[in-house]
Amino acid sequence: MSGKLLKVNIQKKLNEFDLDVDFDLKTQNFGILGPSGCGKSMTLKSIAGIVNPDEGIISIKLDNEEVYFDSSKKINLKPQKRNVGYLFQNYALFPNMTVEENIAVGLAKENYGKIEELVKKFRLEGLEKRYPRQLSGGQQQRVALARIIAYDPDVILLDEPFSAMDTYLKDQLRRELINLLEEFDGFIVMVTHDRDDAFHFCDELIVMDKGKIIAEGKTYDIFEKPEKVQVARITGCKNISKIEPIDDYHFRALDWDNIVLESAEKISKNISYAGIRAHDFTFADRDDLNAICTKDSEVVEMPFEWDIKLASDLWWKYEKEIHDHEFTFPDYIKINPKNIILLE
Amino acid sequence: MIDWTPLFISMKTASVSIAITVFLGLFVAWGIIMIKNDTTKVVLDGVFTLPIVLPPTVVGFFLLYIFGVKGPIGSFFINFFAYKIAFSWEATVIAAVVMSFPLMYRSARGAFEQVDSNLVEAARTLGMSEWKIFWKILCANALPGIISGGILAYARGLGEFGATAMLAGNIADLTRTLPIAVYSDVAAGNMGSAFYYVVVIIIISFIAIFFMNYFSIRQGKRWK
Repeated sequence: MSGKLLKVNIQKKLNEFDLDVDFDLKTQNFGILGPSGCGKSMTLKSIAGIVNPDEGIISIKLDNEEVYFDSSKKINLKPQKRNVGYLFQNYALFPNMTVEENIAVGLAKENYGKIEELVKKFRLEGLEKRYPRQLSGGQQQRVALARIIAYDPDVILLDEPFSAMDTYLKDQLRRELINLLEEFDGFIVMVTHDRDDAFHFCDELIVMDKGKIIAEGKTYDIFEKPEKVQVARITGCKNISKIEPIDDYHFRALDWDNIVLESAEKISKNISYAGIRAHDFTFADRDDLNAICTKDSEVVEMPFEWDIKLASDLWWKYEKEIHDHEFTFPDYIKINPKNIILLE
Repeated sequence: MIDWTPLFISMKTASVSIAITVFLGLFVAWGIIMIKNDTTKVVLDGVFTLPIVLPPTVVGFFLLYIFGVKGPIGSFFINFFAYKIAFSWEATVIAAVVMSFPLMYRSARGAFEQVDSNLVEAARTLGMSEWKIFWKILCANALPGIISGGILAYARGLGEFGATAMLAGNIADLTRTLPIAVYSDVAAGNMGSAFYYVVVIIIISFIAIFFMNYFSIRQGKRWK
């Protein structure tokens, strides 16, 4: 992947907000994480050429540079001329064509010999003459991927690939997708609102909200240090409160019954929120640091965890085994100062 | 003795006109769904739909105005090809096409709009040309709707009376189609031969609808 670069810098006026994104992509597995309707799919469609931005540049550099879109030079390649594969959420398999015919769409006639090889590689043997409606969700995903790989793209775009699936299928297909794309040598950009998808799949991430990029960097860093409220929320931080600093390391949490907490990190001027992940609480005694009283809590039993809502509006998730149905509640729980996330 | 020439004229007119109407309807529907500007779309859609809401004689009046000997197209044909369109057999085809076109166009457009837009976009990203997308994606997946549009348009063409009478007239052995023959015979008091024509029209219409319906059901089942 060294020396390869996908450059995206686009602006587009939309009804609710203006899309304005600018990122360079060097790593292979890249993710765009954001709530639905934040403009992330629009960004992906712009790269594919299905949607035209108002202004900007989209270019790709592999061996030599190719410009897909450049508003200042009036360049706008048709989707047919961009070497981009797009995996739609519903796979968009052609219902009037068999598995074979679907795969053949992206192949030149002289390469039809490759179909057999792809069928084998994507474990579709025996299904060649079937129509998409006769296939399971997993088989459909494999056909859609085989069709994209047949086209030999430089970039593969994955548009919320697992969002409409139940949990069981999702875990399986996520694993399978990653395995099948392992040999692929170009860029892969995945758009998702699901932090698990993003965390599992992407080496680097951008987080979008209302058409703008609000965070970018290595996936681990973004999840560990979200820095902004929206980023914390989308990466799965359940508890977020406005704070009032007391000194450099102590603050009052205004949305959590005004409890006073200590943070390991210094509270700088621009910090106005704090976050705590619901899984980060541990059992405590009354006198422990950052102890929180659990009186008047509401408990909901889930298959693998207890969901506890404290009187102070904090959410606490405590893992359990499936056969546990009794939960003896500690009077106090605490949060390690290191696990307090300070947010702008 | 019943004169069967109206049957042959009608079959010939309906067959030629349905072939023209289907292609015209498909292409115009394709063009309309590609238009991004909503105002243009609405105005053009109105123009193309007009023939079904206007009385057929009014459409016939306009056709006569355009294709008549003094009309722009009519006079052009007379001057350059020495051919008179009005009151010729071709006029029955023109009248049938114009009157049946809106049904084909609207059905095709509706059917195209039902096709998942992701399919078209996927085809584009896979390098398929717009022409191929039209046939292999749009038309192929809109087939049941296109077929039912074709049935309606065929029935409309076969039954065309008002505009045909205006533009093509009622010339025996040339422009006297079945519906016009029914009218002439009834007007002349020949209820007996009118009855035969009526029965023939009913049989042809029914067979056409039966076959096309059968085909559309079978096609629909194949993909499921």
